[in-house]
This record gives sequence, structure tokens and C-alpha cells, in this order.
Amino acid sequence: MNNSQKLPRLLPKWFRSFLLYLGLLLLAIPFLFPFWWMATSSFKTYKEIFAYPPTLLPESWHFENFITAFTYQPFARQYLNSLYISLTVTAGVLVISSLSGYAFARIKFKGRNFFFILLLSSLMMPPEVTIIPNYLIMNLLGWTKSHIPLIIIPILGSGGVFATFMMRQFFITLPKDMEDAAKIDGLGWWGIFWKIGLPLARAPLAAVAIITFLNSWNSFLEPLIYLSDPKKYTIPLALTGYIDAYGAPMWSVQMAATTLSVLPVLIFFILAQQQVVESFAMSSVKG
Amino acid sequence: MKRKSLSQAKLDDLAGHLFIAPQFIGFLFFVAIPIFAVIIFSFQDRNLLTGTWEWIGFDNYSFMFTKDPYFYKVVRNSLVFSFGLIIMNVSLALFLALILVQNKKGMVFFRTLFFSPVVTSTVAWVLVWSFMLQSDQGTINQFLKLIGIQGPSWLGSTGWAMFSVIFIRVIKNVGLNMIILIAALKDVPHDLVEAARVDGANTLQCIRKIVIPMIAPTILLVIIITLIGSMNVFDHIMLLTAGGPSNSTLVLAYYVYYQAFLTNEIGYASALAVVLFLVVLGLTFLQWNMRKKWVYYEQ
Repeated sequence: MNNSQKLPRLLPKWFRSFLLYLGLLLLAIPFLFPFWWMATSSFKTYKEIFAYPPTLLPESWHFENFITAFTYQPFARQYLNSLYISLTVTAGVLVISSLSGYAFARIKFKGRNFFFILLLSSLMMPPEVTIIPNYLIMNLLGWTKSHIPLIIIPILGSGGVFATFMMRQFFITLPKDMEDAAKIDGLGWWGIFWKIGLPLARAPLAAVAIITFLNSWNSFLEPLIYLSDPKKYTIPLALTGYIDAYGAPMWSVQMAATTLSVLPVLIFFILAQQQVVESFAMSSVKG
Repeated sequence: MKRKSLSQAKLDDLAGHLFIAPQFIGFLFFVAIPIFAVIIFSFQDRNLLTGTWEWIGFDNYSFMFTKDPYFYKVVRNSLVFSFGLIIMNVSLALFLALILVQNKKGMVFFRTLFFSPVVTSTVAWVLVWSFMLQSDQGTINQFLKLIGIQGPSWLGSTGWAMFSVIFIRVIKNVGLNMIILIAALKDVPHDLVEAARVDGANTLQCIRKIVIPMIAPTILLVIIITLIGSMNVFDHIMLLTAGGPSNSTLVLAYYVYYQAFLTNEIGYASALAVVLFLVVLGLTFLQWNMRKKWVYYEQ
């Protein structure tokens, strides 16, 4: 037992650190390399991306791919589509989840457990379960081929339920005295929620906003099923549309567009990493 | 006084119901009714394009279990996918968490690095990988050729396709489990590990005998979350392999989409969706019960 403990000690400390960081760097390759390859390929010619031996940096920097990305498809329009859909969904989910999360945590009302368990059942439901009837309902209402399903289903359907759980878990932790004091001051539930609960809930609201925005920004199945006009496409769907007349992917253009779609999210993540990481941890453990 | 408290209870009911009304009405229209409808459709022969339908009783289910040439393959693939994913994801997440929980320089940097695919869109991530994993001229195989290895057709051969899909997904999502496990590791009392060290236990023994048992509830939770998440693999399958080659990556979520929107058999697709629904529902409640018991102390 003592031997095995001493064995690593035989190596000098700096060498053990060196091994640790070397190991971590090697492990990091499959995580980092795709980003590197995506970004550099978007500056390469079609010929160079398949060149042997592969080049880690473009031989010469080409910006045409980025221009083609915008001319081959209405990429700017698709970008705006994604942006406004994601922002609308985020706003809607914030309103609905903070209200109902607050009620489930603080208000003792009839049927609370019943409603809660009902919602709970859809917490992790894959969209494939309800996609068929939802499609038929939207078809019946004449809303397929529009952005309406991409906005209202994530807000009102099972997609927003995780947010309610996150809000509930937060509101449960508030001390009860605050409410009692507010009630003596004559505030009703709405007043308590609006003036006391909500201002304290900045952190969980930010977490819900981050997760919801990313979910919507990244969603693929729903746009794929509902949309058919490239002008209405969202980014993930648009990225799959860089296909030439023979059905082969236009890789360098596709990588340019992919880079443009990933970059803002990555920059935001790097700027607010602590907040983003915590939001994800909250959403999966608490919500 | 009594009358006042009575009216307070009524006010609570009213406020509670109003507060949850928007979500609950949405839930009714976009979750409850659709699930009810999917169950009804599963007893029908219904076509998406023509809109025609008729009652056929349990025929969809009996077709599924006795005649469908793909169904058992789908079940097998789904199990392989879920278990392969859990084993690779959770062991890698635990390994990374044990290293990165240390108070050393650069650990936060590496945490950020391993987490960055989590925020990236699945479509972008998968497109880059499918670009890199092409068989002849793909990046990975070009690099392998540099060191004299002839790489396989990663996504185009039945032997490798499932592994490649799982691998790509693990790298994409492992950061999330890593973060959850790091948080759990931070709660392991320091003196416990110190005491074991004084008794002469080495690092590996400390991890095996003390740290792992202490965070076992979190590991179990992570396994279940990963399992439920593994049911939702549409993007990966659709863009990497579309279920191929030779249906070797055909899994349940993608098969529902395939039957509903590619062959237009929404009656049969609904029966498949019901199966998916029951599996996820069971797992969700299992997870909720475990969380109540071990991870969270509520109220």
C-alpha cells in the first residue's frame, strides 16, 4: 500500500503537472478540433479542404465562401428569423414559467399536486411523441409553413415545463416571513409576486432565458417539419441547405455559414461562462 | 376571523389557478390533447397525405410486435445506443470531473473548454463531424493516413456507424454531466479523504472507497438524465446516418419521424410514439422519485 503511494512521488512535482496538462490537452482535441476545422475550412477553397496532406491553416485566405453563404440562400433573412423566433420564445417562456413556478412554490391552491404531477409527466418528453398531432392541429389551423408553430409550441408545450420547475425550485427557497409581512401591508398575491418574488429571481430568470434561447436557436426537428420556404428557414435548417445541384454538400460554404451561426453563441458563452454553466447545471439537476 | 381565513383560502385558490392558467391551457392543447390523440391514432390506419383513416383496433401494435421487419432492430439499436452512450458519457464525465475538481491552475479553463460543445447547436456540431468523418477524403482519415493508418468508413459501415454517432454525441454533451459531478464532488467532506490518507490509502483507493460512494446518488441521477436524453436523438441520427447503413443506426425517435413524415403512415407512427411515450414517462417518474429521496430535500 505504501509502495503504491510512493510510486508517483518518485516523479518530480513539475513532471507530474506536465503529464496532467499534457493529458488534458490530448483529451481536449476532439472537443476543440471541430471548431478549429470548421473555422479554418470556411476560408479554404473547395479543393484545399480535401487536399492531402491536410492543412491546419488555409494556404491562402478566401472570403468567397462567406459571400456565397449569403447569396446561395437568404442567409441574412434566415438569421433574423432565428433571432426573432428565439427572442419571442424566450420572453414567452419567462412570463409563463415565472407565474406558474411561483404559484406551485408559494400558493396553496386546490389541485396543486395534481396539476404539478401532470406537468411533471411531460418534463422530459421528446418532441417526437406529440409531433404528429401537433402537426395536424397546426395544419388544421393553416399555420404550417409559418413561424407560428415554432413560437407557440415551445412556449406553451412541454418545452417550457423545465423552466417552470426551475422557477419553482427557486421560489421554494424564499423565506415565508417576507410574504406574511407583505400580506399585512395589504399586498395580494399578484403584488407579492411582482414586487417581492420576481425582483429576487434574477438568477433563475437569467438561467431560464439562456437555456430557452439556446434551445430555440438550436432546434431542428420542428423547423424541418413545418417549414418549406427557404425564406422562412431558421439557421439550423438553413445550414443543411447548402447542397449543390447534384445533391452534394458544398462543404466550404456550409462551414462558413456554420461558423457564422456558432460564433455569436460561443462569444457569449466565453463572456458569461460562469452564468451559462450554472444555468445548464440548474436546468438539469433542479428543473 | 374565521370568515376572513375562509375567504383567504378561496383567494389562494383563485390566485393559484390564475397564475398557472396560461401554462396549463397550453399544456392542455399542446401536450395533453396531443398525447390523447396519439393514443387514438395508434388504433387507426391513418395517412398523412391523403388524410384518410379507419379504425383497425390493435393491428398497429400486432404489426409492430409480430410483423414489422424493423421494429426489433430498432429496439436493439436503441438499447445499444442508450447503454453505449451512458457508459461512455458517464465514465468520461466522472474522469474529467475528478481531475478538474482539483484546485490547480487552469482547471477552470479546461472546464470551459470541455463544456463549449454543450452550448453549440447540434446541427452545427453534427455537420462539422460529418464533414470530418467522410470515408475517403474525410479529415480524420487524412490525418490517420499521415501516420500510416487506413481509416474505416466511420459513418458508412455497419461496424462503425453506431459507435461514431455515440462518440460524437458524448463529446457534445459530456460537459454537462461533468459540471454536475464536479458540483457533487465539491460537497464531499475534505476531512474524510484526509483521514483515509493518514491511514495510508492512495489516491485510487480514496476515490474508489470514499469519493465514489459519497457521490453515488448524483451518479445515478446523471445516468437516468442521460438515459432519458438518449431517447431524444433525432438530430444526430438524421444528419449523420439517416438510420443507415443497413438500418444499423435506426433508433426509436428517428423511426417515429421516418414512419410519420417519410412514409406518411401516421397511424403506425403514432403507435411507435406511444411506446416512446411510455418509456420516457416511466423513466421520468423513476428519476423524480430518486431525486426526492437522495438529491433534494424539499419543503
